Amino acid sequence: MASLPGLAAAETGAASAAVVLGCLETMQLIREFEERSHEAVLEGLVHGSLHQSTGQEAVAVGVCSNLRPSDMIQSNHRNHGHAIAKGADPIAMMKELFGRVGGTSGGKGGSMHIADFSVGMMGANGILADGVPLAVGAAQAAVIKGEDRVVCAFVGDGTTNRGPFYEGLNWAKVFNLPLLIVCEDNGYASTTLTRSVTAGGGAAVRAEAFDIPAVTVDGNDLVAVHKAARELTESVRGGGGPRLLHALTYRIRGHVSRDMLAYRAAGETDEHWRREPIARCIQWLRGLGVSDEEIEEVRGRARTLISRAIDEARAAPFPDPGLAYADVQDIGGGRG
Amino acid sequence: MAEMTFGEAVRDALAEAMRDDATVWTLGEDLTEIHLVGGNYAYEGLIEEFGSLRVVNTPISESTIMGAAVGAAVAGTRPVCDMRTVDFALCAMDELVNQAAKIRYMFGGQARVPMVARMPIGARRGAAAQHCGSYEAWFVSVPGLVVVAPVTPADGKALLKSAIRCDDPVVFLEHKELFLDRGDVPDGDVTVPLGKGRKVREGSDLTIVAWSKMVLIAEEACDVLAAEGVTVDLIDLRTLWPWDREMVFDSARKTKRVLVPQEAVQVGGFAAEIAMSVSEAVGSDLLGPPRRLGAPRIPVPYSPPLEDEYRVTPADVVDAAHALLRASTPRGRLSADRPE
Repeated sequence: MASLPGLAAAETGAASAAVVLGCLETMQLIREFEERSHEAVLEGLVHGSLHQSTGQEAVAVGVCSNLRPSDMIQSNHRNHGHAIAKGADPIAMMKELFGRVGGTSGGKGGSMHIADFSVGMMGANGILADGVPLAVGAAQAAVIKGEDRVVCAFVGDGTTNRGPFYEGLNWAKVFNLPLLIVCEDNGYASTTLTRSVTAGGGAAVRAEAFDIPAVTVDGNDLVAVHKAARELTESVRGGGGPRLLHALTYRIRGHVSRDMLAYRAAGETDEHWRREPIARCIQWLRGLGVSDEEIEEVRGRARTLISRAIDEARAAPFPDPGLAYADVQDIGGGRG
Repeated sequence: MAEMTFGEAVRDALAEAMRDDATVWTLGEDLTEIHLVGGNYAYEGLIEEFGSLRVVNTPISESTIMGAAVGAAVAGTRPVCDMRTVDFALCAMDELVNQAAKIRYMFGGQARVPMVARMPIGARRGAAAQHCGSYEAWFVSVPGLVVVAPVTPADGKALLKSAIRCDDPVVFLEHKELFLDRGDVPDGDVTVPLGKGRKVREGSDLTIVAWSKMVLIAEEACDVLAAEGVTVDLIDLRTLWPWDREMVFDSARKTKRVLVPQEAVQVGGFAAEIAMSVSEAVGSDLLGPPRRLGAPRIPVPYSPPLEDEYRVTPADVVDAAHALLRASTPRGRLSADRPE
């Protein structure tokens, strides 16, 4: 998606309104993708587990709107929003969820392993925290090759309790790597309240222990996320070493889409629906005088595109079974 | 041709690869002049020549050594990570198995992972249970990985160069007791194709298939057997995945007897995979079922007499060969059966 130069020049006014409108469209794309793909789960069209990021859209869009196509992101099981925000094609992604020809990974990866290297989306990981060492390596490769590239690793709050997260923080600081770590804190580690299993003050405090500057932001406020991420990204790009953004948000849906949320207090989800980022973004736009008509136009475009994604995914053929043997390895692969 | 140690040969391979290709770099713990595992000289001269950007002395962070290598490979470089011993590499199995081996496949071929993970293997005198592992059977069972285990300095150099040029992840297993072994190494840019074995000896009575240091142990056994009039086709696999089926099956058809000794614990070992593959492919041509031989299913003990219980020795290989010969030969027709 387009970056937000308008916001850098003027935090308010028509220029930034147009840019935020673009962000709203991307957030709506993510929302539609997440909600419609769960309908496809119920229809038996999506196989395996689906991890929706409904309610977390402002983190993905607010961060990725500061990244260039040559920058890279690393994501986790809840990756659809990050991929779309980085510019991956939602139609190819939906085909991947359906396991069809034309999917981002040709049907080999599914929802948990979306990747689109053509837009710098270097892959989503089903193993939590592994993305941190991988992002560290990609950042180190950029330094070795002399490339002007920022690498951004999206991790969840639960991931901050795994060892590779700390190895990666230490390493990125020691080698002064161009790495932005975004801790997308949705409150839950799978079905466990993260704070019930986490000591201390959270991701930002932990990063600061490594002398990595960290900023905590309301992750449901698109403009706030964008501004915080912009400052951090500029520091990283300027050779300042790693930074961490701790974005506080909320996972409105379950760990997986079929999760009945039995572990939540009554009313908890409803309360958070009232804080979700799309409505807040719309409020912000209205405050700048953007008309409901303009707002509905971009939202409608997003809905139309995702409807098309569902239709095209449904119509796409399944891969030939022989493709199961492709892309294992050059020698010693195949059926041998 | 120059005589040098295995450690010097693999160091030269890395240096030449780094000279040839600016995207080749190396990382690992203690990548300093005094590297304790690689015969003390494994990185001699490399830091001066290539600098700390390409010879990266890392924190003790195995997950990130392996994981950073994966990420850097995906991002267009060719990292060679030194895990110091395979036992330490166990801390990074997730990054090897879930990331390095699967990224190309699960992302539908969008990315390649051209990296080498060096993992010194095997028992070294007195190194005990946590520094002596041999886990090649695990690695060959992971789709996506190439597994290499050279024994001679010449093959160490040639195969490390081939491994670095490979576009898929390569697990490079160097036996710790080989680093100071000397041998002739050809000059220049000599490589050995991955997946090709080496015929160490030609014989007609028995085929022995081995790899890494077990090749040297098998050679000692072959000397004993030769004195008894038994000649052995000895094959050094060099690459464990993919292994040289053609060379092994051709030899099996010729000698009609196959023995596969390994240093690792026998249970679930790679020797069993080879023996079974031989049975399936050429079993009807054999005089008897193939045999395997490996260590007892115990951690590697410390005290020398206990450690000796773990080790497969030349005498063990000779005994196994005798048993195979007896089981597959009519009585009285084998020199080893005759009274002294």
